[in-house]
Amino acid sequence: MSAVLPTPGHAHEHHDAAHHAPTGWRRWVYATNHKDIGTLYLLFSFTMLMVGGVLAMGIRAELFEPGLQLLNPELFNQLTTMHGLIMVFGAIMPAFVGFGNWMIPLQIGASDMAFARMNNFSFWLLVPAGIILSASFFMPGGAPAAGWTLYAPLTLQMGSSMDAAIFAIHIMGASSIMGSINIIVTILNMRAPGMTLMKMPMFCWTWLITAYLLVAVMPVLAGAITMTITDRHFGTTFFNPAGGGDPVMYQHIFWFFGHPEVYIMILPAFGIISHVVPAFSRKRLFGYASMVYAVAAIAILSFIVWAHHMFTTGMPVTGQLFFMYATMLISVPTAVKVFNWTATMWQGSMTFETPMLFAVGFIFVFTIGGFTGLILAMAPIDLLLQDTYYVVAHFHYVLVAGSLFALFAGFYYWSPKWTGHMYNETRGKIHFWWSLISFNVTFFPMHFLGLAGMPRRYADYPMQFADFNMWASIGGFAFGLAQVYFFLFVVLPVMRGQGAAAPQRPWNDPDGKGAEGLEWEVPSPAPFHTFETPPRLDASATRVLDAMPGHINPNAAPGAVSH
Amino acid sequence: MNSLSIKFAGLAAALAAGAAHAVNDLPGGPGVRQLNLHEAATRIAAEISWLHWFMLITCTVIFILVFGVMFYSIWKHRKSVGHKAANFHESATVEVVWTLIPFLIVILMALPATKVLVASKDTGNADLTIKATGYQWKWGYDYLNGEGSGLSFLSTLDSSHRALSNAGAAGSDVPNDYLLKVDNPLVVPVDKKVRIITTANDVIHAWGVPAFGVKQDAIPGFVRDTWFRSEKTGDFYGQCYELCGKEHAYMPIHVKVVSAQEYTAWVADQQKKMAAKQDDPAKVWTLEDITARGAKVYAANCAACHQENGKGGGPIKALDGSPIVVDADKAKEIDVVLNGRGAMPPWKQLSDTDLAAVISFTKNHWSNKTGQIVQPSEVLAARK
Repeated sequence: MSAVLPTPGHAHEHHDAAHHAPTGWRRWVYATNHKDIGTLYLLFSFTMLMVGGVLAMGIRAELFEPGLQLLNPELFNQLTTMHGLIMVFGAIMPAFVGFGNWMIPLQIGASDMAFARMNNFSFWLLVPAGIILSASFFMPGGAPAAGWTLYAPLTLQMGSSMDAAIFAIHIMGASSIMGSINIIVTILNMRAPGMTLMKMPMFCWTWLITAYLLVAVMPVLAGAITMTITDRHFGTTFFNPAGGGDPVMYQHIFWFFGHPEVYIMILPAFGIISHVVPAFSRKRLFGYASMVYAVAAIAILSFIVWAHHMFTTGMPVTGQLFFMYATMLISVPTAVKVFNWTATMWQGSMTFETPMLFAVGFIFVFTIGGFTGLILAMAPIDLLLQDTYYVVAHFHYVLVAGSLFALFAGFYYWSPKWTGHMYNETRGKIHFWWSLISFNVTFFPMHFLGLAGMPRRYADYPMQFADFNMWASIGGFAFGLAQVYFFLFVVLPVMRGQGAAAPQRPWNDPDGKGAEGLEWEVPSPAPFHTFETPPRLDASATRVLDAMPGHINPNAAPGAVSH
Repeated sequence: MNSLSIKFAGLAAALAAGAAHAVNDLPGGPGVRQLNLHEAATRIAAEISWLHWFMLITCTVIFILVFGVMFYSIWKHRKSVGHKAANFHESATVEVVWTLIPFLIVILMALPATKVLVASKDTGNADLTIKATGYQWKWGYDYLNGEGSGLSFLSTLDSSHRALSNAGAAGSDVPNDYLLKVDNPLVVPVDKKVRIITTANDVIHAWGVPAFGVKQDAIPGFVRDTWFRSEKTGDFYGQCYELCGKEHAYMPIHVKVVSAQEYTAWVADQQKKMAAKQDDPAKVWTLEDITARGAKVYAANCAACHQENGKGGGPIKALDGSPIVVDADKAKEIDVVLNGRGAMPPWKQLSDTDLAAVISFTKNHWSNKTGQIVQPSEVLAARK
């Protein structure tokens, strides 16, 4: 039912049948509806978050005290590797795709994604891949233990689970590429008339740019891991010096993917924040055009900074200087975004419901992560901090307090539209403060550990590192519990229909100030089909005008123009 | 429920006691609850430390300014205090200003960083050149140039520390240099420029000593270099900084910086020892002597994985009762130990005598009683 024009002769049958959404398992396995697919992605990503979280609990349990108590070092390395792979490819990336699926068609006034069936395929590819990754622990030799970055030549020593993981990553890459094509085509072709690109919501902009990044770099990762697999089994020596290969070349190829990858994981988060902050400041986003240019600048710059992950590999000083300067440069558009969010809040009329708490929390804690990134960008300092816990602290600040908090902000903001029910505000606030405090207890001490020289991926450590490790472990367990609380006491109730009925515009005052966007033009919960005919928009492309005669589908049942 | 509350009480007691282990700062190594970079022993490290303070203070000031503004806004511009929202939503001037100012700040940060980086890469005119080779899982040092050239030895984590790790590092008698003590530290003279060439035998490792401000990846098949000039005598510690397999946490670096006279004396002493250790590969050993030698080689190299009792564990094969070890054909075990197999690394870097000793030891220890003896000449012949 994504056809805009009525099909002659079939119109009546189609329309009658369409009033009944598919039911049972077929609804989900054969899903082509962007809302259902979005829900599937979100549930999948939360499951992977829990799996990755359990692995993190294993890591922190072992590191609670010096000495080996629970695990042998080989299993420990498997935990660190799979925690990284599952969180990056199974939790964060699919979660943003889930948000994209739910919100992009709604926000641009489209009836669905451009390629609804490919959308289904993109999602269901993830399930076997996620199972392979999670089950790799049970393969002979255990899970891969080379770190999520899978450096050669260590990967050449891994058992058969390495090949399984490479296969799973290939599948996930294919899913991402197809999903990105879908998003690009949808955004470029299916915006409602009058919504020019420079009137498009920020979340759609960030996803448009992210989708281009994905299409550009996922094939590069595929190249790196394919070369790894041929080195392992088919006699090539791309990365094996014994055959004339170069281990550092793997790093170049991997990080050419890897650096844009981390921006892929943060740009949609920026998009979500750019919706939440204006809504709860009751003021339009400051500097919309600048914000768009800043995201584009960050995306372009992300292609030329990859070797800042390789400062200690021995590249010539000119190379180090170039990558240092380029990396420091990325902080400029990022700072511009922080200033614009602040200017949005300035002279606003703010309230602090849970979405706003997470959004402000995001800005605060993500900026800390950004500053430690700037410090790491300084190559001489990086010589001391490379491969230490300072790096671990940095990327958890930007990925957890960054991406994950933005995802939470988006959930609290949009879940009334998805489910038709308001989440429990008190529990939302509990979730926020519990997460924020335990997050900082876990990861702030890691800065000190890194400065003191504690290396990454260590199953055991000198005694002097004991205290901060103990605090980090305690915080880690508390943080994990907070997310279980979130699912059981915030998410499940609204999915089950508990909680107050959500109005169409839960985040607007009687005078209309607050949230803006076409997603608020449809009821809560959003009906199965929305914007089946393209809406007529006002000049700002944020409100739907009364439907003009002539835009009414002459073959439709009476009163069925917009649901 | 009683045992649960007892466990909670125990946890609370452990927390209250802070570090239950009585551990002190390790001079030249990490300090207890250390908050900042190591105290510098070289000028480069001192400059990096300055750079870090500069960055930290600048970033903190910017952070306080920006979030001061934001929190002021959160306080004053709330709906609950009656503030009404203004209408502005763009300003090209403001955008230009707050793009240019961070841009200038970043340039100002890059200038001192450039100076320090260029200095840290200048490895020319070294007084002493030492090659550090990363192995799974130890370091090998070869003195290539300068006083002491020709010296060559392996530097391995003290085996009692490795055993302590397995035992959970419990008790208050865990030493201050836990996981940092090696059998043969790298010895260098003070106030001399030491060039460290890094490479590796198998996978990528990384050689780093925080107090010197150095870190350099050790990449198989390639040579990289770095340098330091220590202005202090004493012991300085580092660890392996690139994931290299299961014993990644167990291959520390210990650099002993001594006065010029002490260094000369040490070099002379080492050269004498090397001459004495020069085993004649044609020597024919008795079973008793060679297995005694083999026991030492086993403890230093094999026990970490195969365990003192020879039983291995998990994917690590047991040697006690192993079919390869008790096989009448000695070539089988020689091949596995020399060339590796699967996860077992090759041990080519040990001497013929050490290899013959440890193989003979395994064939005649625990429940293995083959009576076989492997002579160094047999190992030499097996090397292709």
